[in-house]
Amino acid sequence: MQMTIGVIYAVLFWAATLVLVLGVANKIRIYAKVPAPLKIPTTPAPVTQGGVVIRMMQEVFLFKSLFRSDKLLWALGFLFHYAMLLIVIRHFRYVQEPIWGFVQFMQPFGKYAGFLFIIGLLGLLARRLFIDRVRYISAPSDIAMLLLLIMIGISGLLMSFVSHTDIVMVKAFFRGLITFDWQPLPTDGLLLLHLGLVAILMLIFPISKLLHAPGIFFSPTRNQVDNPREKRHVAPWAEELEKQNKMFLDELD
Amino acid sequence: MADYDVPEITGEDGIVDVPALQPDAMKSHGPWVSKPEFQDAMHFPTDFNMPEDVSAYGNTDTLVENWKERALDKMADLKGRYRSLQVFLDICVKCGACTDKCHYYLGTTDPKNMPVARQDLLRKVYRRYFTFAGKFFGKMGMPGFVGAAELDEDVVKDWYNYYHQCSQCRRCSVFCPYGIDTAEISMAAREILDHIGMGQKYCTEIMGKLNKIGNNLGLPEAALADTLEGLEEDIYDETGVEVKLPLDKKGAEILLITPSADFFAEPHVDGLMGYAKVFHELGLDWTLSSYASEGANFGMFIGSYENMRKISLRIRKAAQDLGVKRIVFGECGHAWRVAYSFLNTLAGPFDFLDQNYPIPQHVLEITEPALAAGKLNIDKSKNDDMVLTFHDSCNIARGSRMGAKPGGQFDIPRNVIRAVCNNFVDMPADTIHDATFCCGGGGGILTDDLMDIRIKGAQPRMEALKHVTDKHQVTHMAAICAICKSQFTKVVPYYGFSMDMIVSVHQLVSNAIFLTGQLTEEEIEAKEAAEEAEWAAAREKAAAEKAAKESEEAEKETSDK
Repeated sequence: MQMTIGVIYAVLFWAATLVLVLGVANKIRIYAKVPAPLKIPTTPAPVTQGGVVIRMMQEVFLFKSLFRSDKLLWALGFLFHYAMLLIVIRHFRYVQEPIWGFVQFMQPFGKYAGFLFIIGLLGLLARRLFIDRVRYISAPSDIAMLLLLIMIGISGLLMSFVSHTDIVMVKAFFRGLITFDWQPLPTDGLLLLHLGLVAILMLIFPISKLLHAPGIFFSPTRNQVDNPREKRHVAPWAEELEKQNKMFLDELD
Repeated sequence: MADYDVPEITGEDGIVDVPALQPDAMKSHGPWVSKPEFQDAMHFPTDFNMPEDVSAYGNTDTLVENWKERALDKMADLKGRYRSLQVFLDICVKCGACTDKCHYYLGTTDPKNMPVARQDLLRKVYRRYFTFAGKFFGKMGMPGFVGAAELDEDVVKDWYNYYHQCSQCRRCSVFCPYGIDTAEISMAAREILDHIGMGQKYCTEIMGKLNKIGNNLGLPEAALADTLEGLEEDIYDETGVEVKLPLDKKGAEILLITPSADFFAEPHVDGLMGYAKVFHELGLDWTLSSYASEGANFGMFIGSYENMRKISLRIRKAAQDLGVKRIVFGECGHAWRVAYSFLNTLAGPFDFLDQNYPIPQHVLEITEPALAAGKLNIDKSKNDDMVLTFHDSCNIARGSRMGAKPGGQFDIPRNVIRAVCNNFVDMPADTIHDATFCCGGGGGILTDDLMDIRIKGAQPRMEALKHVTDKHQVTHMAAICAICKSQFTKVVPYYGFSMDMIVSVHQLVSNAIFLTGQLTEEEIEAKEAAEEAEWAAAREKAAAEKAAKESEEAEKETSDK
């Protein structure tokens, strides 16, 4: 039974990883390929590439624009994302051998970050339910995604603090995944739920708003240098108009 | 003033409280639809017929054959050409940070005027037809689960109505954690609408005039020359100095491109006289062009790169034909965004111009350093009858720059105002600089058929203005955009202000500047008195001569008898 479950979950995780990696890579390829034909940074904007890197880092790590717009949302989002980061770092121990010192050091932080993760998510969910403007713009999938993350968090916390699973077997299973080696998995309901939900999260990543993670790096209003007077910024399709001396795209040869 | 439902302003803290949602508060048929004739000039499809009755406009009667397929084709085309559109359609997480940032939402309470909801009108169609999740749940009959929706006529009606309640001011993009810019979405939506027979009359008709005559007003060369001559006379009467406003002067150093409203509208025209005085005083050799007598570029409003480029190329041609060395832009918000951010890309390279100056340059980038260097003789007390505040124009604030440093677009106009006025007060911090509120009339909305949204959209600015007029004795608001000036002069009366309170920044310069050789008020009075006396003497003389002649004739008559 443990072996059968191990095979099913191995296939699931390989598929999920494939979808996640290829799906996101494909989206990044599209974002990189589609030209930005005009300079549209939201100004005031940095006038050097170095300045753009700083601006982007402030957005990615500090959520600077969000801080300006909504302090409560910023606090909840910050809590949730950084708790998730700690949790992900902690989970490295389930695939690493030997375990890095840094990961060992982060272990207690990652363990209790689970509670902050849930608190952040419940706050975000409450916003969707109780603020009329946010309720209006929420699709069922927006709520479902929060519930998915909450259930991942709760099932994980239960395994950490209430009902432990056979973690040695779990680690052997994941190390086996890396080397394409089937390994059994405990038939523990909480574990299977936890892992199943994580696989779903990986599967929906490239087809949902979770694309905001890679997407922000391609956002022209944030990643462009403010230098349009100094440098021309002609897209390939626009250059064709110049070359052929035409006004409209449908006149091009 | 026609009867409109005007929001109440209190002036308390200058900030509009976020209202509760009122779905469909602004549901309407939208602005007037563009005729096939106008669409043709813009190179858009024309295979549709106009409804007989204006009230049927925007009700999808004008949709072209196979409109659905053609709309989706256009969307596919645009998302393949604009990274902004592709990325922004994908990455919104619906966090709601933008929901209380749009002046049109604050002023109307209609949820579809929340930036994210406005984007979703297009995004839900993108989700349905271009993403796996949307196609999958669409086939299962529940596209709404993942925020997707079928494209039908009701969706198109919403597009037409609500994408013409967006002024593309970019305030939402400042506050979005990913920088999603609703302006990019609404430009794309208008481009799609233009390709399915639902263009907006105001924008396309105006661009048609520009392409034919050279400016948005359709002001022909002769009329323009007359107007400029009249302005020269006005300045002469007021100062005794012959300040020129040259037109089509070959070999001039500077080509001035300014919104055509500067030629006739108040307070725009006072700004134009201000530029002329500054140029005169600095000894700059400049000219206007009748061929490119328009600063505004409505191509941006409808998201049409091709039409925006076509209009921009007129400026290039005018500069080459006149043989100028520099291009300078007058006070205009969208014009300056297109000029600063796009002109070099659209109509460059400007290798035939003097590379020692920014290309193009804003007139304030000339006036400000000149004032700082003391090159202009200024009497600030001439503006002492006013307490000024300054409205940052949206497209200048968030879509351009002035000077070398980021944020120069906020400092430079304020420096100029402070250099020519003694009394200046800023409006509350959340309503200025890059958090400025649009005037309510930008982005192709400045038309009488959209008066309702214009009035309501002005509410956040009016609230901030009320605050400084009530608490800081502000009497006037300066602006540096033709649309802001036109919109405000029309809309402020609805909020209990006087239309005269709106002034151009260069109007303030014009008031305070004392030209070389300018006559003082006494001298002008004396001059006028002398001229008056001269006239009187001449009249007297003529009368005396006439009387003498008559008496002579009478005498002759009697002697004849």
